[in-house]
Parts: sequence; structure tokens; C-alpha cells
Amino acid sequence: MFFVVAGISVSFGQKYMTRTGKIIFDATTKSSPEKISGVNNEVATIFDAKSGRVIFQVLVKSFKFERELMEEHFNENYMESDKFPKSDFDGSIINLGEINLAKDGVYNAKVKGKLTIHGESHEVEETGTITVKGNTVSFKARFSVKLGDYKVSIPSLVADKVSKDATITLESELTQK
Amino acid sequence: MRKSFLLLFLLSVISAKSFAQADSLMDMLNDKSSPAKKQAVSATFKATRIIDGPSVESLGAGVLDFRIDHRFGALNQGAANTWGIDDATTYLGLDYGITSWLMIGGGHSVLNHEDNGTLKIKLLRQRQGGMPISLSYAGEISVQTTPAPALPASDTAKWYFSNRLYYTNQLLIARKFSNSISFQLMPTVVHYNLVDSAKFSNNTFALGVGGRVKVSKRIAITGEYYYRLNNTDLLYNGQKTYNTLSLGIDIETGGHVFQLMFTNSQGITDRMFIGETTDSWAKGGIHFGFNISRVFTVVKPKEFRDGGGAGNTKW
Repeated sequence: MFFVVAGISVSFGQKYMTRTGKIIFDATTKSSPEKISGVNNEVATIFDAKSGRVIFQVLVKSFKFERELMEEHFNENYMESDKFPKSDFDGSIINLGEINLAKDGVYNAKVKGKLTIHGESHEVEETGTITVKGNTVSFKARFSVKLGDYKVSIPSLVADKVSKDATITLESELTQK
Repeated sequence: MRKSFLLLFLLSVISAKSFAQADSLMDMLNDKSSPAKKQAVSATFKATRIIDGPSVESLGAGVLDFRIDHRFGALNQGAANTWGIDDATTYLGLDYGITSWLMIGGGHSVLNHEDNGTLKIKLLRQRQGGMPISLSYAGEISVQTTPAPALPASDTAKWYFSNRLYYTNQLLIARKFSNSISFQLMPTVVHYNLVDSAKFSNNTFALGVGGRVKVSKRIAITGEYYYRLNNTDLLYNGQKTYNTLSLGIDIETGGHVFQLMFTNSQGITDRMFIGETTDSWAKGGIHFGFNISRVFTVVKPKEFRDGGGAGNTKW
């Protein structure tokens, strides 16, 4: 019986979570007349230190744009957020052994898993950093996503004004649960 | 025997527990991240007008919309007026979103030299799995600034300023049935401070219906009809009046929305197209026209102020 109780308490200590992570999306090109960029400050993130599994999840409608019309087009014409309300990444840290969560510091992390955007899923492998400070763990990453891979189509009229590769910048500070 | 059985039991409990945990990671995230947050339905219509009349849509906080509305003359004017092209009229207007639910505007119509002020208030918003409709109030006050007509040479006759004023109050009840189909009802009352004869009411009550069907992500077909409930025999400058029917296309390109339409109303202000339309579709009194809308962000959303925000994050 003792073992069972101990097992539960340990497993609680292994999870880190936040609902206020941040993702910045940027598809600006040199010929864009204005910045095509949105920010989402409600990124849900969970990390299981034991298995290395990490999940990022966003509601597409929570992306804010400087121009309201751009936000509407992002949702209506590109992401079709009524049909595909969420985007997420579900994967694992593959170099978990190199990260010591008991010791403060900045560690390089390799993450591999399934990225789902606009209802389309692809296996991706990206690198980023993990910063350990006390009982918080911060994830930071910047990577590029080919919009065509996720069937986000850019009409020919604005083809030179919207980048075919969006840059995703991610920052999430998780606390131990 | 008994000991090993107990051990087996414990092991199975532990493994079942950890198995459940592996699966529950996503659940743990979802349980609280989606506390049935009922999302507001957006983009019921592409523009703040369906064609002539207002839609439930208004501008976001801090957004300014510059509008150029144009109506050519009637197709049945014949070669003398190049089928209406020589007899065009224009409305220039500015709308501004003070908050996400309050919009004000104003403009000038070349026809009748009319200046107007408008107000739109979002009262209810359609939500997924919640409120089935969106409801807005739209109001307009306008003043006709054409010179006062010559009055009979009597000592008492006086042309009052109030003769020039018109008021429109509308409720806009809309529902977005699907991504492509939206529908709107507009119970309306237009108050005319002066009508052609004492036998007409100063109030015209009307019920408008409007809708749109998207044919692609950026193009929609629109329609709008205002059915008058009284004052159907109202004369305007001595001419018979008709209900207004308008059919159009919305085309969206980046920051612009173009609306192209055919309508039997050359008037663009509420009081004109709802109650004082003197052309009829049946007689070829059809006007081609367009609305151009260009939006500008005057006050940035809070996420983007102070040089912060999406593009300028430190890295």
C-alpha cells in the first residue's frame, strides 16, 4: 500500500504546466505592406518530466493581430478556425537524459513529435532551449512551418505579400504541479 | 501464495495507474483549457453594410473605416444619360469603432446635399453552443442642406430648420447559419419631420430582410429588401415611391471590401432608400453602384502597444 501512495505523490511532482504560454506567428515578407503577425498569450503547455512527453495547444481564435481585419482573415480564410479550432504539438524531448531538472541552468533540447495545424498533422523535429529555475521550466523555440504542408492556401493575389513559410516563436514558462 | 497474490494485485494497481496517467496528459490539458468557453461567432457579414442598409457587424475598437459609396443613374435613362453613367451620385463617410460594441460614423451624400451621423451598438452576439442570434441597434440622423424651397408669399410662411431632419431607428437581428450563409431581419422606423402631404404619416415602418451566400472564401453574393408596412403611397417630390430591392457581390482583397450592386434606389442614406425610392425594377429603374471600404487601425490593440507585441519580441 505504501508503494502505491508513494507512486502517486512522485507522479504528481513530475508534471509541469501552464495556460499562459506565448506563441508568435509571423508570415511577413519583404514585399508585405504591413506586418503579418499575430500573438497568442493563451498557449496551454504540459510537460511530463518522467516520460519527456510535452504538449502545446492553442485555440486558433485566441491569436490577436494588430489589424482586426487581418485577424478575421486569418480565422476565416486561412486557418478556417470554425472547422479546425485548435492547433497542437504532441511530442517528446528526445535528449531528456541531458537535462537535469534538479539543477538550474539553460539546456539545449531536441523535440520530436506530431504538429497539427489546420487539421493536418506532420511529424516534426525541432530544437530549442529549456531553462530550469527552481520549480519552473521554460521552453523556448523558434522554427519555420511550410504553410502548404498544412493545406493553408495563399491566394495568388497576395502571394508575394504573405510568406509561404511562417515563423513560429514559442515561449512557455511551466510550473510544477 | 497469498503474498504473491497481494504483490500481483499491487503491481496491477500501479501499472493501471501509470497507464491512465500516460493517457491523461492530454486530458489534463483539455479538461481545464476548454471550460466550455462559448466562442462568439465572427464575420456574419463582410462589411458594416449589407448593401445600402447596416449589417450587425461593426468595427473593432480603434478601427477607422473610410467609405466611398457610388450609385450611377438608372439604366432606363437611355442614351442621353449614357444609361445612367452620366448621372452618378456619391456618399463619402467615415466610421469609427470606439469599443468593440460601439461604432459611430458620419458622412455626406451628394444627392440632396445630405449630411448624416450614425450610431451602431452591438447588444447581443451569436455564440457557438449559446446565443443563437446577434442583435444590434443602428440609428441615423440626417439633415438635408439643399436651399429652402420658395414658399407662398404669405406673411406667416416660414421654412423651419427642423423640416430638414430625418431619423432612422433599426434593430438588426442576424444569424450566421453556416460559414457561407447568413441572414438578417431589420425592423425599422424612419421618421420624416416633413412629408409631401398631411395625409401621409411622418413615420414609415418597414421590415428589412438581408442575407449573403459566400461562393468562395473572398466572394459573397448579397441581397437586401425593405418592405414598407405603411406609407406605401408616400410621394417623394410628387413622385410615386417603391420598396427597395438590392442585389450585390462582396469582394474582399486584403484591407479593402468592394461591394458591387444593382438597386432601384439611387439614394444611399437610410431615409432615402427605405422610404423615398422613386425608381422601380419593373420599369428598368435599376442603378449600378459600388461601395468601397478601406480600414485603418488608429489605436492598436493592447498586445501591440508600446513597441511590444508580435513582431518585436526580444530573442
